[in-house]
Amino acid sequence: MEKPIRVLVGKPGLDGHDRGAKVIARALRDAGMEVIYTGLRQTPEQIVQAAIQEDVDCVAVSILSGAHNTLLPKINQLLIDGDAADILFVAGGVIPEADIQFLKDNGVKAVFTPGTPTTVSIDFIKENVKR
Amino acid sequence: MNYKEVTWKNKRQIGRMITMVENAVEGHEEVFEALYEKTGSAYVIGITGPPGAGKSSLTDILARSFISRDKNVGIIAIDPTSPFTGGSILGDRIRMNELSTDPRVFIRSMGSRGQLGGLSAATSSAVQILDAVGADIIIIETVGVGQSEVEIVKHADSILMVMVPGLGDDIQAMKAGIMEIGDIFVINKSDLPGANKTKIEVEAMLSFMPKKSWRPPVLLASATKEEGIEEVVDALESHRAFQEEDGLLFERRKRNLNELLFEILQDKLFRQVKKLEDYPLVLEELTEKTIDPYAAANQLFEKI
Repeated sequence: MEKPIRVLVGKPGLDGHDRGAKVIARALRDAGMEVIYTGLRQTPEQIVQAAIQEDVDCVAVSILSGAHNTLLPKINQLLIDGDAADILFVAGGVIPEADIQFLKDNGVKAVFTPGTPTTVSIDFIKENVKR
Repeated sequence: MNYKEVTWKNKRQIGRMITMVENAVEGHEEVFEALYEKTGSAYVIGITGPPGAGKSSLTDILARSFISRDKNVGIIAIDPTSPFTGGSILGDRIRMNELSTDPRVFIRSMGSRGQLGGLSAATSSAVQILDAVGADIIIIETVGVGQSEVEIVKHADSILMVMVPGLGDDIQAMKAGIMEIGDIFVINKSDLPGANKTKIEVEAMLSFMPKKSWRPPVLLASATKEEGIEEVVDALESHRAFQEEDGLLFERRKRNLNELLFEILQDKLFRQVKKLEDYPLVLEELTEKTIDPYAAANQLFEKI
């Protein structure tokens, strides 16, 4: 039987622009994945609780507000606290080059900035989920 | 993982057990072996209705009403899987954000994964797991349904049929199928024009049904305006009490377990057949019309 990769696509924090998240959600769907879309304005707690209950293989967040250095490490810490550090954590959105290393040091396995083809994100997820 | 010791607060373990049964991975039968004796205390509510009727919003507000009565609520929300790629967008959580961090709630989204009838093949198994680990109420939200997706009736103790005004004339309400399975009808978005007319049409349809001891109530509600919700909860409780008094609940669950048994048997049979050496050959012969479908099935069946 096929066992689809399950991905949570979420938008942490306070920006209301979810076009990018929706495009990614759709692309992952078309790549044969089950995408749990949680909608706008999620707290890190909501995202991590949903990831745990849904038992996803990957958490993919989209963030355009500039609050990534605060919110993404928090999500990472909550994943660790929730015995869920094995879940692949990736991010996309308007994230300056200078911040990427900091995020990677805080559990974000990949950062996809504007212009990244969806195939790159899809391949990264396929190759890096632990199954 | 010691399955027997998993309780309602072990959300990570519950999530993993559901994945095991959903993917039918090695060892998933042991989950049932450990948990089955603990099932039977949860009350299972099926919520069904056409796409956009407000099933998720209603699920959200009903769940909130149950947790305010100090109940543990499990939610299984099903959305369709693409028949071409196997992918899906599971978006029911969008309407349930407030619930996701509540310790009394566990929400799981499922893709229908090729199953017809508005459910996923693992729905029953997920219900059993949530029941065993401490859910008091389990809500199953089906995919948006059309006219004949009646599978939910085999998995729930009460069926809430959610409708909205303006979807069709009274002949729609007369058709066989989905309209026959509702134990409680909710006309959601009751602030829209035509809500009363829809209510009257459904009531008229119900009065033509063969006399049964339970007459489904038809209620007006608005999930987003939080109107009429207490009445829905009361109706659910009346239906439960009614079924318990009459011994109907026992009968219904026996029938549902029979369904589960046959689903498992069917699945096992399919797997066995697919493993047969002759299977590709017989399929080839069938395609070339050198053998008819019944003969092909008989030939494979005898080899098991």
